[in-house]
Amino acid sequence: MRWLKHGYLGLVYLLLYLPIAVLVVFSFNASRNPYRWQGLSLEWYARLWDNDALIQAAANSLLLATTAATLSTLIGTLTAIALHRYRFRGKRLLNGMLFVVMMSPDIVLAISLLVLFILLGVKLGYLSLLLAHVTFCLPFVVVTVYARLSGFNAQIIEAARDLGASEWQMLRTVLVPIIFPAVMAGWLLGFTLSLDDVVVSIFVTGPTFEVLPLRIYSMVRLGVKPEVNALATVLLMLSLLALLASQYFLARK
Amino acid sequence: MAPTRTDAEAAWRVATPEQTILQLQGISKSFDDKRVVCPLDLDVRHGEFLTLLGPSGCGKTTLLRLIGGFERPDGGTILLAGRDITRLPPNQRPVNTVFQSYALFPHMSVFDNVAYGLRAERRPRAEVESRVREVLNMVQLEELAGRRPDQLSGGQQQRVAIARAVIKKPRLLLLDEPLSALDYKLRKQMQIELKRIQRELGITFLFVTHDQEEALSMSDRVVVMREGHVEQIGTPRDVYENPSNLFVARFVGEINVFDAEVAEVLGDGRLVGQIEGRRITLPARNGGFAVGDALHVLLRPEDLRLLPPEREEGFSGEVVERNYKGMTLESVIRLESGLQLLASEFFDEDDPDFDYRLGERIKVTWVPNWEILLPRETARAV
Repeated sequence: MRWLKHGYLGLVYLLLYLPIAVLVVFSFNASRNPYRWQGLSLEWYARLWDNDALIQAAANSLLLATTAATLSTLIGTLTAIALHRYRFRGKRLLNGMLFVVMMSPDIVLAISLLVLFILLGVKLGYLSLLLAHVTFCLPFVVVTVYARLSGFNAQIIEAARDLGASEWQMLRTVLVPIIFPAVMAGWLLGFTLSLDDVVVSIFVTGPTFEVLPLRIYSMVRLGVKPEVNALATVLLMLSLLALLASQYFLARK
Repeated sequence: MAPTRTDAEAAWRVATPEQTILQLQGISKSFDDKRVVCPLDLDVRHGEFLTLLGPSGCGKTTLLRLIGGFERPDGGTILLAGRDITRLPPNQRPVNTVFQSYALFPHMSVFDNVAYGLRAERRPRAEVESRVREVLNMVQLEELAGRRPDQLSGGQQQRVAIARAVIKKPRLLLLDEPLSALDYKLRKQMQIELKRIQRELGITFLFVTHDQEEALSMSDRVVVMREGHVEQIGTPRDVYENPSNLFVARFVGEINVFDAEVAEVLGDGRLVGQIEGRRITLPARNGGFAVGDALHVLLRPEDLRLLPPEREEGFSGEVVERNYKGMTLESVIRLESGLQLLASEFFDEDDPDFDYRLGERIKVTWVPNWEILLPRETARAV
């Protein structure tokens, strides 16, 4: 039984992590042929560093992900607070719409955003990407923060007001500090979503602003280059760091 | 010298216990078309310990929240020391609340929790420091000032909640079932402590509970509520010994209810009542009953007496249940008419007749003159 249990678990992890492990290992491969091991080398990392277009795309992606995550966190946190704390017209509608955005396929969102941008005359590039990314990140931030808000005792807010805090003082000294871990988690979620989005980006991107996933996609179309392995490894490390950070914030209750 | 404005203010502040600190005038509140508080008036006297007592859903907590400013009344006025506060937000009312769930700030230390109210007022640092120390000392929590709420026991959290609310020296302290989460022993202890704090600070306490024992033992006056109405206001003794209706009688302690009819009014005002087929002389009451009137004769379990069956007086019945309660022995007796009575007797080791067995036939009587007489209620079933 013991053997079976460990064997099963091992199989699950093998299935999950073997592809990633292969990728990481082959990023250090000396051979140009991505399917044959020819000894250890950092050549592809050097090539990656020299590939200006790729580095530029990575920088663009980081900029986009950071701004999109920040903007959606700001809007999303305020939305979650409003949904939780106040009664207003159309509250249930707003709540429902968030889920519609979250559930609808990326492709639908992508096409509708593209049509909208063309109709409104928004120039395709950084701005259109930013707006699109904020759109699909927003519901996730709202849901994350809202979950935290509904998990805690509303009388805490009343207590702050009761003790003489104005609405603003209460937000600053009680509500925001309490939901801060969820706000951070929401930001990281948005950052990750934005960083690896392909479907929406491919529709609303413009020639002036190339993002990393699309750059990689175009590179891979002509066969997987070992540089891409190196790049993927770097990204993997970054995601791991982000994951650790989010766990740290969530654990700090 | 003509009295200055400050003199007048000083005179106003030295209020006698008879003065009113809080006045509710025609306050009402509904949630989604459901009346929770029907238009009601209530006066709270300066320095008193007033308890709102009633079953859950009677509107007592809503009333407290209206006074605290967390709900807006649909109609009516709330006056605090003569000033209309009906429309003021909670932070502008000189009233503080101890919440049922304590509602401590989880991300702050005990010290910061207690200091919160003073810091919101932007008091000088030195004053905050000394007043927090003083209040923590009063609730015996000085050593725990650096702890977080989740590192405290329930009783300690309760003390922090009280300290945090009284530090601002409110005109009125609202307590929303503050002891309901504590176990029996701790609750008893905190009851005594709350009374001590109230004496020391001289703050008016408005206390909400559904526990009649707690209400009777702590309050100066009790307000019994039902379905958004005030049923009776009085001292604990008043409410217990002279309930104004069947609901109050039944809610505040156990009670036995006999249906009776007035058979005769005696010359001295006493009545002769027809109860369970027997004629019983009842005390004179200012109710002004006439012959033929239907009434309830109410008796507390401790006023009933159980006698051996061969005695002449009393109603015949059978012991159907016996519950040992430590200090007292409770018996349920079924009369021949089917009416069930609860009798509660103190142990008396010299009384040989005391120990009736289950199923034994006995006679039930009571101490004359201890009956409570109420006009018969038919419409409002309890």
